[in-house]
Amino acid sequence: MTTSRGGVATDREPTARGSGPVLSVESLRKVYNAGRADEREAIADVSFEVEAGEFVCIVGPSGAGKTTLLRCLSGLLPLTSGTALFEGAAMQRVPEQVGVVFQDYSRSLFPWLSISRNIAVPLKVRKVDRQARERRVREVLTAVGLGDVGKRYPWQLSGGMQQRVAIARALAYQPDLLFMDEPFASVDAQTRFDLEDLILRVRDEYGVTIVLVTHDIDEAVYLADRVIVLSPAPSQVKEIVAVDLAKPRSQAVTRSDERFTALRQHLLELVTAS
Amino acid sequence: MSTTNSPRDAGGTTLPASAPATAPAVTVPDVAPAGSGSAGRPGAPAGNGQRGPAGNGRRRAPAALRALASVWRLWFFAALIVAWWLASASSSSPYFPPLSEILHRLVDLWITGDSKKDLVPSLEHFAIGYAMAGAIGVVGGALLWYFRHVRDAITPLLYFVYVIPSAAILPAIIAVLGIGNGMKIAIIVLASVWPTLLNTVDGMRGVDPLQLDTARVLHMSPLRTVRSVVLPAALPQIMAGLRNSLQISIIMMVVSELVASTSGIGFFILDAQQRFAITDMWTGIIVLAVVGSLLTLVFVAVERLVLGWYIGARAVEGKR
Ligand SMILES: Nc1ncnc2c1ncn2[C@@H]1O[C@H](COP(=O)(O)OP(=O)(O)OP(=O)(O)O)[C@@H](O)[C@H]1O
Ligand SMILES: [Mg+2]
Repeated sequence: MTTSRGGVATDREPTARGSGPVLSVESLRKVYNAGRADEREAIADVSFEVEAGEFVCIVGPSGAGKTTLLRCLSGLLPLTSGTALFEGAAMQRVPEQVGVVFQDYSRSLFPWLSISRNIAVPLKVRKVDRQARERRVREVLTAVGLGDVGKRYPWQLSGGMQQRVAIARALAYQPDLLFMDEPFASVDAQTRFDLEDLILRVRDEYGVTIVLVTHDIDEAVYLADRVIVLSPAPSQVKEIVAVDLAKPRSQAVTRSDERFTALRQHLLELVTAS
Repeated sequence: MSTTNSPRDAGGTTLPASAPATAPAVTVPDVAPAGSGSAGRPGAPAGNGQRGPAGNGRRRAPAALRALASVWRLWFFAALIVAWWLASASSSSPYFPPLSEILHRLVDLWITGDSKKDLVPSLEHFAIGYAMAGAIGVVGGALLWYFRHVRDAITPLLYFVYVIPSAAILPAIIAVLGIGNGMKIAIIVLASVWPTLLNTVDGMRGVDPLQLDTARVLHMSPLRTVRSVVLPAALPQIMAGLRNSLQISIIMMVVSELVASTSGIGFFILDAQQRFAITDMWTGIIVLAVVGSLLTLVFVAVERLVLGWYIGARAVEGKR
């Protein structure tokens, strides 16, 4: 895996990868409003590891605590107990090399900035100079299959395009690890297939490790190397299912594979049995 | 939500009525929308009601309807003037001279004559006072938003001060500052800072938490977060507050000149009335209305510039 592209994040240690898991979660527990009357345990006990380059999907029933888990893992929310290590270190805040794509793209893009400026925000924060910034923005826009939309505004684009922009922004600073919370939940079926293939392609191209939360079991099987099944809240890991489908995957071939059907069946039983 | 707006409006309009010759001050905000109606929908961004407490509560109508509405409003405005012209043409009442006579006098006094000099101190006080009110309002509002505990402690006091009609503090300010320019600027600032301040706090509190999360994910520093996320996100509401402050500033500019003053447009109007130069008085009122409308027009233009994204996004939202 390369460590520097386009003059961004050149200080990344090549040895950071391949030596141990990118993410390791140990007995993570999260209680909201602890000690108050409305105390609520969202996550009881979750442990797992994610290796470099892996694609892990997290599935679970609605309200299982998937969003909570992702927010804890990305450093947005403090844990109640347990540990979550990113590249071996505990997180005080969102680590430099972590990207997050939220479900609600229309709220997470800044409507007062043009598309290019939206994507350039993390680069500006990292003091990338202007030329490199422009080059980089063009690069990621192409990577997510958007050509000439840089001058337009988020609200001038369709939902699917906006989500592509959100992905492009997360990719702009080349994270090692990308968290995605139901990123394709609010787009139509065709766009969803396109975006699934897009994210697989981007994963290969950028060598980024991805942890993706989804409601959709088919999507999880199609995308993942491993699927983590959560129980209803307070959630625990019910089972971690390895997906040994051939790569590269394609919507037509993979989804008609009988192992796909078997895995899907198995996961469905896990999620629905309460 | 509307608490931010209504008490001040009430204060602003009831205030001048307490002095004899101040009725003209009330016409300023009334005339402004009619004048700016020619520019389409003024205040569309600030006035969408949904976001800002200082909105005028109207929803966006389709473009054709809006165009029609603005033409209709212009017609109404024109009709009023024609009616005034006709009704006053043969008037012999000393209080309602013919409009033609007023306009003649207006040209004599304000265009070829020297009276326009009276506008200079007024506009100076207005500019300094309004700029200070805007700056204090936005910066103070941002600080109150940031230091939540201070805000919780101070907010009751703010609302307490807020409901005092500005005219009531005028004597106090004169007692402290005398009757110089400082007093005039102080009264403008004191009266007009509140809508901006309260709208800024409110707008910043209303920033979508997901956008703040996004700022953290993108590693924006606190300062950058305020400048590049919180401020723009709150801007529609801040602009609504600034617009309210603008109108109050204009009112207070005049009011401050009605007390122990020897210059300014407010003094001109009062002085003319006391000299029984009723035609001159009317010219002052008209000039004041025109100045108020122009200031509002400039404001709307600036608002369109800085809130272009918001207007566009709202329009798209409306279509979906
Ligand atoms: N800020 C909060 N304060 C208190 N409780 C919360 C908070 N956020 C979430 N919860 C509770 O924690 C539980 C898990 O919520 P979470 O949003 O993580 O679930 P989820 O799996 O993402 O659900 P969905 O599939 O609907 O997105 C829910 O029961 C929810 O009510
Ligand atoms: Mg969720």
